[in-house]
Amino acid sequence: MESYKEVGRSVKRVDAYDKVTGRAMFTDDLCPKPCLVAKILHSTIGNGRVVSIDTDEAKKVPGVVGVFTCFDVPDFAYPVAGHPWYADSAAAKRDIADRRLLDDRVRIYGDNIAAVVAEDNVAAERALRLIHVEYEEYPVVYDARESMKGTEVPVQEGKPDNVVAHTLAVTPKEKLGEMGYESVEDALLDPKYHHFAIKTFTGEQSQAHIEVCVSYCYEEGGKIVCVSSTQIPHICRRIIGQALGIPWGSVRVIKPYIGGGFGTKQDIHFEPLNAWLCHQVGGRCVKLELSREECFWDTSGRQPKNFEVEASVGDDMRLHARSIKGWSNTGGYIHHGHALVLNSVNSFRWLYHTCEDAVRCEAWTIHTNGPHTGAMRAYGVPEGVWTAECLMGDIAHDMGWDGVEFRLKNAIAPGYVDEFSPSNTISYRTDGLRACVERGKEIIDWDNKRREYANQAGPIRHGVGVAFMVYKTAVAPFALETSNAQITLNQDGTFQLQMGATEIGQGADTVFCQMAAEAIGVDTEDIHIVSFQDTDVAPYDPGAYASRQTFVSGTACKDAGTKMRKRILELAERLYPDAQGELDLRNHAIYDGGDNRLCGLADLALEAYYNIHKTDQLSTRGQATVHQNAIATGCTFCDLTVDIPLGQVTIDKIVSIQDDGRLINPKLVEQQIHGGMAQGIGFGLSEELLVDPKSGRVRNATLLDYKIPTMMDVPDLIAENVETQDPMGPYGNKAVGETPIISPAPAIRDAILNATGVKFYEMPMTPQRLFEGFKREGLI
Amino acid sequence: MYDIESLYEATSVEDACRALAEDPQSMVIAGGTDVLVKCREGKFAGAHLVSIHGLNDELDGVSLAADGTVEIGPITWFNHVTTSPVAQSTVQTLCDACDTPGGPQLRVSGTVGGNICNAATSADTASTLYAYGALLDVRSVRGMRTIPIEEWYTGPGRSVRERDEVLVKIRIPRDHYEGWTGHYFKYGKRRALEIATMGCCCLVKLSDDKKCIDDIRLAFGVAAPTPIRARNAEDAVRGLAVEEAVEKIGKLAQQDTNPRDSWRASKEFRLQLIKEMSKRSLTYAARKGGADI
Amino acid sequence: MDMRILSCTLNGKPVQVGYDPRESLLDTLRDRLHMTSVKRGCEVGECGACTVLIDGVATDSCLYLTDWAQGKEILTVEGLQAADGTLDPMQQAFVDEFAVQCGFCIPGIIMSAVEMERSGKTYTRDEIRKQLSGHLCRCTGYQNIVDAVEKAVNVLDGKVGQGVEEK
Repeated sequence: MESYKEVGRSVKRVDAYDKVTGRAMFTDDLCPKPCLVAKILHSTIGNGRVVSIDTDEAKKVPGVVGVFTCFDVPDFAYPVAGHPWYADSAAAKRDIADRRLLDDRVRIYGDNIAAVVAEDNVAAERALRLIHVEYEEYPVVYDARESMKGTEVPVQEGKPDNVVAHTLAVTPKEKLGEMGYESVEDALLDPKYHHFAIKTFTGEQSQAHIEVCVSYCYEEGGKIVCVSSTQIPHICRRIIGQALGIPWGSVRVIKPYIGGGFGTKQDIHFEPLNAWLCHQVGGRCVKLELSREECFWDTSGRQPKNFEVEASVGDDMRLHARSIKGWSNTGGYIHHGHALVLNSVNSFRWLYHTCEDAVRCEAWTIHTNGPHTGAMRAYGVPEGVWTAECLMGDIAHDMGWDGVEFRLKNAIAPGYVDEFSPSNTISYRTDGLRACVERGKEIIDWDNKRREYANQAGPIRHGVGVAFMVYKTAVAPFALETSNAQITLNQDGTFQLQMGATEIGQGADTVFCQMAAEAIGVDTEDIHIVSFQDTDVAPYDPGAYASRQTFVSGTACKDAGTKMRKRILELAERLYPDAQGELDLRNHAIYDGGDNRLCGLADLALEAYYNIHKTDQLSTRGQATVHQNAIATGCTFCDLTVDIPLGQVTIDKIVSIQDDGRLINPKLVEQQIHGGMAQGIGFGLSEELLVDPKSGRVRNATLLDYKIPTMMDVPDLIAENVETQDPMGPYGNKAVGETPIISPAPAIRDAILNATGVKFYEMPMTPQRLFEGFKREGLI
Repeated sequence: MYDIESLYEATSVEDACRALAEDPQSMVIAGGTDVLVKCREGKFAGAHLVSIHGLNDELDGVSLAADGTVEIGPITWFNHVTTSPVAQSTVQTLCDACDTPGGPQLRVSGTVGGNICNAATSADTASTLYAYGALLDVRSVRGMRTIPIEEWYTGPGRSVRERDEVLVKIRIPRDHYEGWTGHYFKYGKRRALEIATMGCCCLVKLSDDKKCIDDIRLAFGVAAPTPIRARNAEDAVRGLAVEEAVEKIGKLAQQDTNPRDSWRASKEFRLQLIKEMSKRSLTYAARKGGADI
Repeated sequence: MDMRILSCTLNGKPVQVGYDPRESLLDTLRDRLHMTSVKRGCEVGECGACTVLIDGVATDSCLYLTDWAQGKEILTVEGLQAADGTLDPMQQAFVDEFAVQCGFCIPGIIMSAVEMERSGKTYTRDEIRKQLSGHLCRCTGYQNIVDAVEKAVNVLDGKVGQGVEEK
């Protein structure tokens, strides 16, 4: 592996000091007080149309500045997903524009139909209670496959059968013919193999970041300024422009520190409405802060999905054929559309394809009157891997095989290129997975535990389980991958780094500093990063999603650094025309080919700024357009105790080991794995947004009823990496941020199967579901 | 900012009673963890609040009366019940129950009196105070009255306390705790920041040889619209050997309870919890009393 | 309702400030006293992000009326640094142990941890988890937070004792 000086160091986070002293400024911390506040009126039906709204009483509430309804807003439809835009409008790649600032067509329970601007929240809330709405009501449909049969009034115009998209990837006929099959079904049912078929379900997980969604807007210099807790400031600017029908350049978005996003803030939920309301009240500062409850049902969680999968497997443990059908419930609005369930079925295919002769992947994305859904950490992959691992666990269990050996026999191997991906751009080029698995086995004491836990009886049982994972890095080749970075030399020989990419808690700022320092040839401590993105200043980058930033934005950052190093050496050559040999920058100084120190970097910087003959403030712009993709892999092992009569699971030990390529900052990677593991444990055991199918209303929209794990629910977490060098990443690195949420839940499932022999297919495995399963199997 | 119409800080219990009598729309606020949440969600929007938050001299703390009665001031924080030496040496199981609502911060705002006055069946102290047979003293301008906890609850979130009455003392007589050992079992879907899916308190008095159940009190929260005692189950195991009682109590308790079916948990699952938690609570309670089980 | 005047001690200094009696202490600290480390996460005592010490006790300031803070001593993260700028050992441990990610929940957690630090007691890892269980963090999985608190409470104070488990 290549050797680096700054890359690979566990540098302390550049934002840690400000965050422990309370100085790190988040959106509401910056908002001038007092300011006007906006509150939204939500529909009390799940499907229908607003016939009329009476706001007379609401307008009379003291402190109310304005009341605006769905009949007042401009009729610009806009998309909300944090996806790149496309220059080519004919390419059909642009996101579907299905949102309006406020809409008289109610598609989900709690849809946004009016808004109040008031001097304080109490006045605003009192006014909301005094708005009278008359509806025309339609029946609510929440079940995706029911919705596909068609509803009298389609959820979205233009989708008469409520199907957003349907895709199919299948082994070519010729290849099947060579094996004597007409179809993949033939391969699945070939009597020479063992046939398995299961159905799985994954619930709607909510991101539940601790900072709610919040923005404030004001007008300045003839522009609308929006300060927002967003992962995607540049996209936010574009969408505000689209929604208000104004030039994008007349919008300025500022993104301060943000208190977690995990995908929620990869959608532009309320910034356009906030900007419009601000304009309606003369450009005065208006804050729009969602309540915790609104965050649960008025922003987008993970899409609930159903899958049906089959496999045929030989006595030699080789998977011969597999098929997956996935149905994704996107709710009333499209948000990220079909990309999510595609990620599910693709990841299902990638993970255990190695021996496979035939495969079939089919997916539907369907509108219902369910709540908003969209991006959440790992973007569809946890659902696909859950399904793949349920199948693998069942096969190993029923065939009496060692689960690790069986998985390894079929797992993704180095050199894999996805034959279904455009231009064969999705690949796995490192060889870390097997070493990850060996290490995980060792830490969990796999062989001994499997022996020890065989043949248990009684109400309290122990189990050990495993799950592997795959994750692709960034969004190419399905979408544009681009980034820009800017580095400026300061007078003292340090550097200013401005990224378009965003820090959202994952540590991006710190690793960008390391990558810039590595490229320039200085210390990380010499780099001052501007953490906030201001679209008037920051170079363009679409933002934080898809575990793309160290990979794509890192490439731009490295490019800017490399260019800066070149510019510095060019300046040194100009200043020292007689210097011998090739000049070098190291130890904060310029050296000639004979190892003679010519000047310090700070001296050179002063020359750059203040040379009486010619000044040249060195500033470089790095750019990256990335077309390749790199698959990261890993696994989780889990040892747990099941209390059967109480339907309770206690995780005794859990370990995740990953091949994320080269680690830019090992401690920050470990942080990401820890956090992902805890969210994975939550997804596996307790986290699910519950929707009343009759009304479409979310039942558990509080942090009390939506069960994210507390400090007492998460055990000590063991996180390790097998370090490899991926040729695709700027420094051999690839995806980290989202990967660790994928494998914990299926590993827990596998351990419960080991402990009790009971197969669970629905995630999360809540006490209620565990009870029902144990009861069904006669253990209770 | 809360939607509160008026806020009056009472200077004494007498002053609070007067204020509550004068304003027919007013209500009591103590720790705030229940009332403020309801103000925020709109249920109590525009509330007229009479605060007894600062009446520590009259209403805070746990003490022992001359006759051995444990006297708990209603605005005593959960945490201060848990850590009270008096409570620990007398009503240990109540200390345990007071260690379970929400998280540590809630337990230094939420009060034991508020937990009773909001009359939720899921209140963590309810089943335990029920098992201890607590006596509740309430006061208004009309005078003082004492309500045994068995007569307190009238429905979900409802009690016999009138709007203008202030709970001023929670009393547990000596014979209700002396010689008893107990266990509070809270079942939640996570280990903190949780509302009980089921709550069970079992108190036992063992025979001198620690082999038999001389007496037992088994109370539940969330097993019915109000906290309840499983009296038939108690009657059926009284006098039995501990092992036998443990064996039988679960099914018996199921027959005494009537949990509801809700999205939080099915009736069937709650009945399973009642069975298992009764059994385990009795086991742990008897073990604390010296039984070898 | 008419405004009232709050007199209390904030981070060691006496302050007086006008407030609307409908305000929670969270509102007043953020919007009138500019203590923006005190974060609003849920407003109903379920996340712990607004935790401050009131007379030394870690309390959710969202469910605490400003009216009740008369005469109290209030401590927020802004008041933890020494006069010369040295971080409180707890703050330093959070930096050193990589306990911070997005950082939104961190000031509240630090305040509960400081309450422990100043209690003079030692804590096992399980006790640390319980004592901090009123805080939700979505980024860290809590691992490095528990490590940081363990280090600050048990090691920096020289109170390494029965509370420290083998790691």
